[in-house]
Amino acid sequence: MSRILLVNFIRFIVLIAMQVFLFKNMGYYNLATPYPYILFLLMLPLGMPNSLLFIISFFTGLIVDGFYDTLGVNAAACVTLAALRITFLSLTIQLDNHETYATPSISEMSFRWFFIYSIILTFSHHFILLLLEAFTFANFHYTIIRVVLSCIFTILLILLFSLLFYQKNRR
Amino acid sequence: MRNLWIFISKYNNFFLFILFFSISFALIVKNNRFQRASALNSSNAVIGSIYQQIDDFSQYLDLKQTNRNLAEENAYLRSQLKSSKYMRLVEQDSVLDSLGETQYTYTVARVISNSVHQKNNYLTINRGLEEGIEKGAGVISSHGIVGIVLNVSKHFATIQSLLHADTRVSASLANSNAFGSLVWGTENYDSQKVLLKDIPNHVKVKSGELVITSGYSLFPPGIIIGKVIQVTKSGDSFLNIEVKLNNDFNSLQYVYVINDKFSDEKQQLQQDTVIHE
Repeated sequence: MSRILLVNFIRFIVLIAMQVFLFKNMGYYNLATPYPYILFLLMLPLGMPNSLLFIISFFTGLIVDGFYDTLGVNAAACVTLAALRITFLSLTIQLDNHETYATPSISEMSFRWFFIYSIILTFSHHFILLLLEAFTFANFHYTIIRVVLSCIFTILLILLFSLLFYQKNRR
Repeated sequence: MRNLWIFISKYNNFFLFILFFSISFALIVKNNRFQRASALNSSNAVIGSIYQQIDDFSQYLDLKQTNRNLAEENAYLRSQLKSSKYMRLVEQDSVLDSLGETQYTYTVARVISNSVHQKNNYLTINRGLEEGIEKGAGVISSHGIVGIVLNVSKHFATIQSLLHADTRVSASLANSNAFGSLVWGTENYDSQKVLLKDIPNHVKVKSGELVITSGYSLFPPGIIIGKVIQVTKSGDSFLNIEVKLNNDFNSLQYVYVINDKFSDEKQQLQQDTVIHE
């Protein structure tokens, strides 16, 4: 239990620090901007109470917003991600078959499951984030192009990180 | 009552989502209306000091470039010295007192956080209220204009960059003196380029022509902003002019915050004029 808490805490610090000091300065013009900090939200333990998940997502988004000068935008996107995560998990797995504190990662699940999981959640997060940032439906095709390209960038980084810490013996 | 409670706890995912999403949405709207003048931004004391710490490390990497820029500017300033100029007027009957009062004063500040990849970009500098930085002051660097001061805290200030959809700066063409406004962020997200709008069709513009500040806004007249690279005719009676910025926003190190002695007076007068109309 305390090990899981510690691992998640370290993951949080490292991902947020990388996001605001490294990935904030990266991008392909303004079309593709990566937000790999959401990997922290993807990898929170499976059996978490819903209210706690929402609170953690909200404050994670708020902290990133503080560094981006966009109060509320990342928070709204993270809350959307949390809602979809709960729905997706209840549709795809029976919670009784898993330990409550298991992490949804490639080594615990299958690669295919994790890939679909991260695509759906990343897309919802980026869609809300970039739409709220633009705050208008004018130039909608441009916003969609930004969402798709940013998604590809983020998912590549997320897969890279999770393969980097892949443990084969866990299953 | 009990049934209602059961209903809410059964669909708690949905209700929690609505609750937190509306909190976030309220924050966004409130924040937009008050020009992001809220407590949680990068001029906040905690986040400002974290940025300061990171910058203390990273500034060593750019020392060479910074040195070269300072040397260039020193050379330029030296050429402006009285001793390096000569009098063209030989004899005059009356002696004019050439000593003028200073209208603009400058405060040097270090950029401790910067962005160019967002839709609306902001900078944070390490000077604030205690150093006399005021809200709405213009900011320039040694190579051109940077932006407008947006928020000020005790020791830090955030700047709305020129690369921001809401920033409008009055600029004029060096040869013809026709003036228009600089716009960034509509159909153009390149950090090297801005558009100069509102120049009428009949003005002859050559590519390579200098674009300078007009002196109608916060900035002193005659600061070089960039060069014209492309001129196209749009459907209405105005030209579309692409300007390559002289300033490289990717490598900003030191900026100067302008304090205009007459800015309050000018604003007051302009407001009075509008009211009387």
